[in-house]
Amino acid sequence: MRKALVSLGLHAALVAGAVLTLLPLVWMVMASLMPAGEASSVPPPFFPSHVTFEHYRELFVHLNIGRVFFNSALLAVSVTVLSVLLNAMAGYAFAKLRFPGRSRIFGFLLGALVLPSQVAILPLFLLMRQLGLISSYWGVILPGMATIFGIFLVRQYALSIPDELLDAARIDGASEVRIFAEIIMPLCRPILVTLAIFTFLGTWNDFFWPLVVLTDDSKYTLPVALANLFGEHVQDTELMMAGSVLTVMPVLLLFLLLQRHYVQGLLMGGLKE
Amino acid sequence: MAGEVKMSSEVRAAWLFVGPGLAIIFLFFLLPIAAALLLSLTDFDLYAVADWHNLRLVGFDNYLHLLRDSLFWKAMRNTFYFVLVGGPLTVVVSLAAALMIQSRLTRFPGLFRTAFFAPAVTTLVAIATVWRYLYHPNFGLLNHALGWIGIAPIDWLGDTRWAMPAIILLSIWKNFGANMIILAAGLQSIPESLYEAARLEGAGWWRQLRHVTLPMLAPTFLFVAVMTCIGYFQLFAEPFVLTRQGEPLNSTLSVALLMYKEGFRFWHMGYAAAVAFVLFLVILAATTLQVRLARRGEA
Amino acid sequence: MSGRTRLMGLVLMVSMISLGACAPRSGQTDGVVTLRFWALGREGEVVKDLIPEFERRNPGIRVAVQQIPILNAHEKLLTACVGGVTPDLAQVGNTWIPELANLKAIAPLDKLVQRSGVVAQADYFAGIWDTNVVDGSVYGVPWYVDTRLLFYRTDLLAAAGFPEPPRTWRQWMEAMRRVKARAGPGRFAILLPVDEHEQPLILGRELGAGLLRDGDRYGDFRSPAFREAAGFYVGLFRSGLAPAWSNSQINSVYQQFAAGDFAFFITGPWNVGEFRRRLPPEMKDKWNTAPMPAPDNSRDWPGVSVAGGASLALFRGSRHPAEAWKLVEFLSEPAVQVQFHKLTGDLPPRASAWGSPSLAGDPQTAAFRAQLERVVPAPKVPEWEEISIQIWQSLEPAIRGRSTVDAALTDLDTRVDRILEKRRKVLARRRASGR
Repeated sequence: MRKALVSLGLHAALVAGAVLTLLPLVWMVMASLMPAGEASSVPPPFFPSHVTFEHYRELFVHLNIGRVFFNSALLAVSVTVLSVLLNAMAGYAFAKLRFPGRSRIFGFLLGALVLPSQVAILPLFLLMRQLGLISSYWGVILPGMATIFGIFLVRQYALSIPDELLDAARIDGASEVRIFAEIIMPLCRPILVTLAIFTFLGTWNDFFWPLVVLTDDSKYTLPVALANLFGEHVQDTELMMAGSVLTVMPVLLLFLLLQRHYVQGLLMGGLKE
Repeated sequence: MAGEVKMSSEVRAAWLFVGPGLAIIFLFFLLPIAAALLLSLTDFDLYAVADWHNLRLVGFDNYLHLLRDSLFWKAMRNTFYFVLVGGPLTVVVSLAAALMIQSRLTRFPGLFRTAFFAPAVTTLVAIATVWRYLYHPNFGLLNHALGWIGIAPIDWLGDTRWAMPAIILLSIWKNFGANMIILAAGLQSIPESLYEAARLEGAGWWRQLRHVTLPMLAPTFLFVAVMTCIGYFQLFAEPFVLTRQGEPLNSTLSVALLMYKEGFRFWHMGYAAAVAFVLFLVILAATTLQVRLARRGEA
Repeated sequence: MSGRTRLMGLVLMVSMISLGACAPRSGQTDGVVTLRFWALGREGEVVKDLIPEFERRNPGIRVAVQQIPILNAHEKLLTACVGGVTPDLAQVGNTWIPELANLKAIAPLDKLVQRSGVVAQADYFAGIWDTNVVDGSVYGVPWYVDTRLLFYRTDLLAAAGFPEPPRTWRQWMEAMRRVKARAGPGRFAILLPVDEHEQPLILGRELGAGLLRDGDRYGDFRSPAFREAAGFYVGLFRSGLAPAWSNSQINSVYQQFAAGDFAFFITGPWNVGEFRRRLPPEMKDKWNTAPMPAPDNSRDWPGVSVAGGASLALFRGSRHPAEAWKLVEFLSEPAVQVQFHKLTGDLPPRASAWGSPSLAGDPQTAAFRAQLERVVPAPKVPEWEEISIQIWQSLEPAIRGRSTVDAALTDLDTRVDRILEKRRKVLARRRASGR
């Protein structure tokens, strides 16, 4: 009896928590479907009086959100592909290949993990200016192409690969590049998938650096465009919500599809120290 | 002989593999940070952009100005407010959520886990936009809901007393899910035998929590606390979107936001770099302190 | 296994190619020049309607308008300048001109203006043209003017015993007191958003405050003139005549003006159109505009206001300055300016455009015509944008009762001195090197 009561209380708390957590997201979708101005009425409605897609149409037809969407996708995919490759290469080398200075360099990188990236932003801007990459896609891609965290993640995973496997391949005459491409990459697949999801979400959601480095609106990413749109259309709640839905939904769907890998990565970052 | 040849090809391969990654990290991360340190010792600004002759080494002048600038201290206070209040609250909510989804009584834990975790993957800028409307004094759902229990409307983002709590509330909502996952995994790794032993001694739920769960969870807990703390010190996008860059009366101006404003609004690059470095030192000190305290707690 | 590597390589290649394809294109393809034109806020939206006519007249030129939200406009523009990715031309706030000129980002236009058959300096309001002149060179062509003055509720004022708008501060104060007494709690006499610097600036200029001193090298906000203006301004809040609201706390200026939440509002020409559009129809004859009252009878009426507005500037980095200048000339044509006025409500900076019936016959715009003859520029230092933000930030604590006016002005002077520190150094260096 007591157990049933506890269980009831527990589930009530869980349901309440889940409702509170999801409410802002659900309201975002609801408001994006309301006729213009409806969200700003008293009492605030939760459901649209009738469903309209006019704000989405407005975003695509007049505000060029399609282009912005393409930018976000292009940048997130490029950074993901390139950084997974570079991080995998470096992480594997730190784990399995012997070279002078290996442990010292790796220790140094670990120490640098505590450096907040915000410190780098000002000079990075000046560097990009020197390279002529302000307001170019490369200005966003290059700094994201390798991360200490990514190298660390791959290295920890690759450590568990038995040396005998590599030695056997070498005896068979396989080149180092081939060993990496045909043995290491497949073996590291789980962590690489995790890393890819992390990187994709991180790039998609990133705001500070793209805000600074992308000045041309034809290169804007969704968060930057959304913040910009907000400056002009604060009053247009429904339009802003439609923009938010377009920004959030892709990553939310990706997460729902690949949840298992994402969670796995979070744990590896958290527990395998 | 053969071994040497093999070694050198391995070394060559190793450099080939680490080279590109290290080059990127060096060029676009470490070098700029070193440059930031140098920059903070100069008066780099728009005059210097126009004409390099207007650039001067000023030693620690920027830092001295910083320490005398009441706006910097305000940003510092706000940031600490956010970290010291928001951080523990986030961790406590995360722990509560982790305990709930890990409870043996819970049905469909995966479902709840997904729901709690969903905000963590969303785009902060979009979410802050959503919350800005939720916080609206007249049309916001939050005030409407508070109205049901008889609480008068609060001007969340316009009132200096409420703006930071509003940002904290959003941050808890956004961040507790990720912490929860890590804590839940930590809970899972606690051997069941310890609980059985405790139960044999007649320990109830509360005593099990205090004497088994929390001590065993300590390392995970520390990790979560440190990561939350580091992340929270870098508060930026929330006030950037939610309170239009630190309003009202700079009550939500964070150190990172101050750096952005000084750096990219007025191009006081030298001064902004000094702000960034002080932020870094504070984060480093706070992290070290937490780890030290935790070690002493263990000993 | 190797299939996957190949797949990865393929993806890599595709992404590279697509990136290359999207790399910044040069402004010229097939003999057609594409001008990149940045315009701010609402003007950025509306100017797109004028472009087709320009493109029809100039088949070799295409114009790509980028709209920049007004809130981030200044930092966005500076970022582009420092990053070396400026557009060909842009709409810039005229108080930013000294800064952009100092940065060598925008080009002097003297020769182009001299040769131009469209941009005739004599036709522009002198106070407005002057804001574009830095060290004797003109860097921008005024596009529209924006000076602030009184918007007021005629019915509320008449009911308070003022059938005519106030002409001196004393009358104005009396009118506000009576309006407030009739309105009761929760309603106010005047709306002055606390996060705007224009209102205290105008009041200070009316009393002749210089704002900066010693060759614009130090702040001078503790001067008797500005001290008096700040006292008057802060007093409006302290005595309950004005609410201490920032822009983000105001729900709807128009609804609240219609509801009688306030009877006076110091704002600019864009609100003439907005008031007409957004006020309910029954409010149609219940509001008007008036030039700023003079501080006292010893000074000329109307009192001065500050010369605001936006100019069109060409960037030095542009590869198509001749084409960009054509667009400037097109947008400066009196007929186009009148059309622009109809679209935006923005006021033209040229006297000849004011002759058009839509402007000359408009009662609510007439006050602006009078005010425009009495405008002075803000101090022309590159740091002005920063100083202007500091003005309201320093005064706000005094308004909210957390500080006194004197403490606020001391704080303001200290901060402005610090902002101008580099300017002092640079000026001293220039003098030392004999330049």
